[in-house]
Amino acid sequence: MDLISIRDLEKKEIEKILDLAEDMAKGKAKRKYDKIIATLFFEPSTRTRLSFQSAALRLGMNYIDFTPETSSIKKGETFLDTVKVISGYADILVIRHPKEGAARLAADVVNTPVINGGDGGNQHPTQALIDLFTIRKTKGKIANMNISLAGDLRHARTMQSLVYALAMFGAKITLISPKGLELEPKLVKEIEEKFEAKIKTKSDLSFEDADVLYICRIQEERFADPYEAKRVKEQFMLNMGHLQNAKKDIVILSPLPKINEISEEVDTSDKARYFEQAHYGIPVRMAIIDYVLSN
Amino acid sequence: MSQSDKMPIVAMQQLGNRGKTQMLNVEPIENGTVIDHIRAGKGKKVVEMLGIDKNSAGRVALVMNVPSKRLNKKDIVKIEGTFLNEEQTNLVALMAPQSTINIIKNGKVVEKREVEIPNLLKKVGICPNPNCICNTEHAERIFSKEEQGFRCHYCERNFKADELVR
Repeated sequence: MDLISIRDLEKKEIEKILDLAEDMAKGKAKRKYDKIIATLFFEPSTRTRLSFQSAALRLGMNYIDFTPETSSIKKGETFLDTVKVISGYADILVIRHPKEGAARLAADVVNTPVINGGDGGNQHPTQALIDLFTIRKTKGKIANMNISLAGDLRHARTMQSLVYALAMFGAKITLISPKGLELEPKLVKEIEEKFEAKIKTKSDLSFEDADVLYICRIQEERFADPYEAKRVKEQFMLNMGHLQNAKKDIVILSPLPKINEISEEVDTSDKARYFEQAHYGIPVRMAIIDYVLSN
Repeated sequence: MSQSDKMPIVAMQQLGNRGKTQMLNVEPIENGTVIDHIRAGKGKKVVEMLGIDKNSAGRVALVMNVPSKRLNKKDIVKIEGTFLNEEQTNLVALMAPQSTINIIKNGKVVEKREVEIPNLLKKVGICPNPNCICNTEHAERIFSKEEQGFRCHYCERNFKADELVR
């Protein structure tokens, strides 16, 4: 099987992967694999690439790494030709690409299983699985949790996958974004209709009801006006003042990287759980590899 | 459309400010396709999107602004010597969803298709998302019909039918 989009997964399948990740976190991997994973990242990555490589090693696998800067992409080789060639060198491919749909296209043309490591502004399903796993670990459940998603909801691929998964699991979602960076209305309508999701929207950083705050970076490059970009970015910098009226046990998550959208005082508070979240990338991606290879 | 295409298309054409009308006759075809009930103004686009140009084999008639009970005004396209295949029919469905396609053989209508957009559109339409991989790599265009519109198989964005035919 391939893992391309969160839309491809049923709730039962996600629960299986999360349960499998629990086993992995406890060091109870049932299977080891004498296989090779190829990481093909056409865009920069720290967490996704390294955690997939680490997860593969922990499953007894080896990895090969592709970087476009030192490959025949520089000579003009196409994405598809590259994927077709590397599919013969490895047993599973993890692909990140700036174009939306790249992983889907790759999965359509090669027989080797493909995992989407992020495609443009479209999907980042493995990050969404890590996010769900972290929420379950830190709050005990996902259903009926008040979850605030804040930042650039329009362009962040993590948000496209996460909001869909949260709706599937019955979370109560609040969307917080600057004007112009709201979540695509068609996606909101889709999850409202499909999952009867309860969704609120607002534009100020206040979190009275939130059990979880998930914050992602404002992407300055999306603004035509640099002054407006700076203003919005400053407005969306999270500090302890914003958390004054928040629940004491609020959990703050982020897909990372964070540049300066979260203040240092928040960084050092016990509410900030995003480094722990990043570390869950290992058991969750071990579970994903295991699930993909065994189905 | 009658069971025969022996009858020519007759259109009433307004002539400027004089208010006079004139009958406009278009010769019937013996073999080919007649696309009828195209919403007025869309006929030219249908011809373009079907790739009909000076290099096409047979004669082609585009009649615009024909009075119609159903549509008030409609366009009609007659293509001599060409029988639209499924892919071309789907393309017409995208651009002119209420149109009918008549296949003419030996001057008789042998098949009448009410066009309907299928649940899975293949090889037709262009994803309007410039960042979609299908616009830069060799990829078969695929869109699935959903309540809100058509979802691109690759970038997963949802579009209205007329957005797919630029």
